[in-house]
Amino acid sequence: MKPKVTVRKFDAVIVGAGGAGLRAAIQLSESGFKTAVLTKVFPTRSHTVAAQGGVAASLGNSEEDHWHWHMYDTVKGSDWLGDQDAIEFMCRKANEVVIELEHYGMPFDRLDNGRIYQRPFGGHMSNFGEKPVRRSCAAADRTGHAMLHAMYQRNVKANTQFFVEWMALDLIRDQEGEVLGVTALEMETGELYAFHAKATIFATGGAGRIFHSSTNAFINTGDGLGMAARAGIPLEDMEFWQFHPTGVAGAGVLITEGVRGEGGILRNSQGERFMERYAPNAKDLASRDVVSRAMVTEINEGRGCGPNKDYVLLDITHLEPDVIMKRLPGIREIAIQFAGVDPIKAPIPVVPTCHYQMGGIPTNYHGQVVVPGKRTQNEIVPGFYAAGECACASVHGANRLGTNSLLDLLVFGKSAGETAVEELKKSPKAHKDLPADAFDRTLERLNRLNTQKDGANVHETRLAMQRTMQKHAGVFRFAHLLKEGVEKILEVQKAVNQTEIKDKSMVFNTARIEALELDNMIEAAVATMVSAEARKESRGAHVRDDCPDTPEHPNGRDDDNWLKHTLWFKEGNRLEYKSVNLRPLTVDTIPLKKRAY
Amino acid sequence: MNEPRRIRTERLRWASRRALLENDLLLQRFWQSQPEVLDDETASVLERLLALEDHDLWELLSGRRETDDPAVNELVALLRQPAVQECEPSTGD
Ligand SMILES: Cc1cc2nc3c(=O)[nH]c(=O)nc-3n(C[C@H](O)[C@H](O)[C@H](O)COP(=O)(O)OP(=O)(O)OC[C@H]3O[C@@H](n4cnc5c(N)ncnc54)[C@H](O)[C@@H]3O)c2cc1C
Repeated sequence: MKPKVTVRKFDAVIVGAGGAGLRAAIQLSESGFKTAVLTKVFPTRSHTVAAQGGVAASLGNSEEDHWHWHMYDTVKGSDWLGDQDAIEFMCRKANEVVIELEHYGMPFDRLDNGRIYQRPFGGHMSNFGEKPVRRSCAAADRTGHAMLHAMYQRNVKANTQFFVEWMALDLIRDQEGEVLGVTALEMETGELYAFHAKATIFATGGAGRIFHSSTNAFINTGDGLGMAARAGIPLEDMEFWQFHPTGVAGAGVLITEGVRGEGGILRNSQGERFMERYAPNAKDLASRDVVSRAMVTEINEGRGCGPNKDYVLLDITHLEPDVIMKRLPGIREIAIQFAGVDPIKAPIPVVPTCHYQMGGIPTNYHGQVVVPGKRTQNEIVPGFYAAGECACASVHGANRLGTNSLLDLLVFGKSAGETAVEELKKSPKAHKDLPADAFDRTLERLNRLNTQKDGANVHETRLAMQRTMQKHAGVFRFAHLLKEGVEKILEVQKAVNQTEIKDKSMVFNTARIEALELDNMIEAAVATMVSAEARKESRGAHVRDDCPDTPEHPNGRDDDNWLKHTLWFKEGNRLEYKSVNLRPLTVDTIPLKKRAY
Repeated sequence: MNEPRRIRTERLRWASRRALLENDLLLQRFWQSQPEVLDDETASVLERLLALEDHDLWELLSGRRETDDPAVNELVALLRQPAVQECEPSTGD
């Protein structure tokens, strides 16, 4: 007997209650539309809480600034892979969405004159790359947290209906390709529902947990990517992931650059200060990508530390304990808790660690999901929108600038909401009928999981995926490892298709939820590996050993062949490409140039 | 098996999914040291701990702050295992 699926109707359903989802929901609910927001965890436990650095906007409160300069920095940061129409849109909208947030009650840090205080952040410059500018707006060290609180309260006032501890499982699409909602699991009862809606917005965040070493919380399993891929939507630019050079090996927790600033030294298994060979002048203080690449080279050449020779050491034992206690106390706690070493006495195991996903579900700057069609390469998927880290607008291109992600959430969350409002106003009163097979994908998946015999262990399979991603598609990439990686990840995928859970109970079955999450993660992982293997150049965060810096191809970038977005399709594990939009909305294009700081 | 107790445990297991990786990791460690089903006493202390916002939780877990709830402080001590100095949160983007 098929399990029962209860259908609930809304004007709009939003999956995700992080920054992007909450911002979209405000737009819809305040326009009077009946809006449901589904979230796996309570809204203010979404990963946006982790953001501390701030949100970028060229308010110019402390010194002169301009959205056009911000746009230049973002295009350059993206290594010219970002779409310039979307980037102009985002940078121009920044002031508006930040001021709005202030009106929602966001407690920004302030100047004496009452205006929002702004701090400098890497990559943000004035006058087209001339000198650093103060552009980041923060609320102490709790920017993301304060942002979610302000927007959650606003949604409660506007009568947004929250479904907390509900997991969306699959997208519902009809024959014409129109999106009509999602299926979802209520964790508390284990019962299945369909949210039948005229507008469906994905704001499910990133898939950072596909890597073994990740700064992301466990919740970031890329569910939106999996749901979209299974429904035939391609994933864009998934080869581009931002890495931090020093995450605690195994745990992923960030060790800030400040540690090397205070005199921390990186060492290999022979105790050698290897950065002297790679960057004789800057040594351990060389830029993030140089340090990361050197670390990976040491590990790949067998000079890594530990039983698996898979990390290097960050040594501060030569610093006075006083200095460590005073200037780096947080780091000492992190090292003790997560590496099991007291850094006063022993060095900390570190590895380059996955931090942010630049790619995702392809959208235009209106927040509408777009796919290649008969007439254009960007045809709108009716009824479907995406915003935030799960989406690819594409403003971050091959590399994101710090503080531009929170901005992305606000601008494109709002934009997706606004566009949905416009479309809803035009739409007929009645909902389009659900197709007969609306729940099939979900029911098949659940049935498979409930009846699997002699299957694979979820935890072990996830670990195999994470190790494969880390080794074969990490921060520094090698042709032969990528090639092998594709084979290996497809092997892991077979195991994912046969996961087995012992606990078949209905209520709060965490084991089932984790198996369903793994179904989503593997799509992001395969997309990443296949896209990375295929892109035969270095650009932004995608750096290949076989595509080095040459006069013909500065930084290894090959604009003649690779100035294009990757689109990965689940069906047939196939790639297509589409052109980058180099035409901004109102200003001149920012011409191609070598990316140098 | 005591069904309400099992469900309460599972609910708390899910509530241990947090917004900050630091908290996820320490809570994961806690779960690995526990029986399949929590006793009522442990469950109710954990409930109080998990009701905190994530930054507040990390302040406790990193030893920068204590609560005035002795049972919660005791649980925090268990989670922390190697007791250490006061500290700052890791800032960064
Ligand atoms: C340590 C750290 C620090 C950072 N600092 C900064 C910073 O200072 N500035 C900056 O700009 N960026 C920063 N970033 C990046 C930024 O925080 C994220 O990119 C951003 O918060 C993502 O927001 P989001 O709304 O897209 O998703 P999230 O905040 O991750 O929210 C995702 C939501 O989707 C829900 N969800 C997911 N799957 C499902 C499902 N299947 N069913 C139901 N609900 C689901 C979740 O419950 C959650 O509510 C940082 C990232 C990290 C890791």
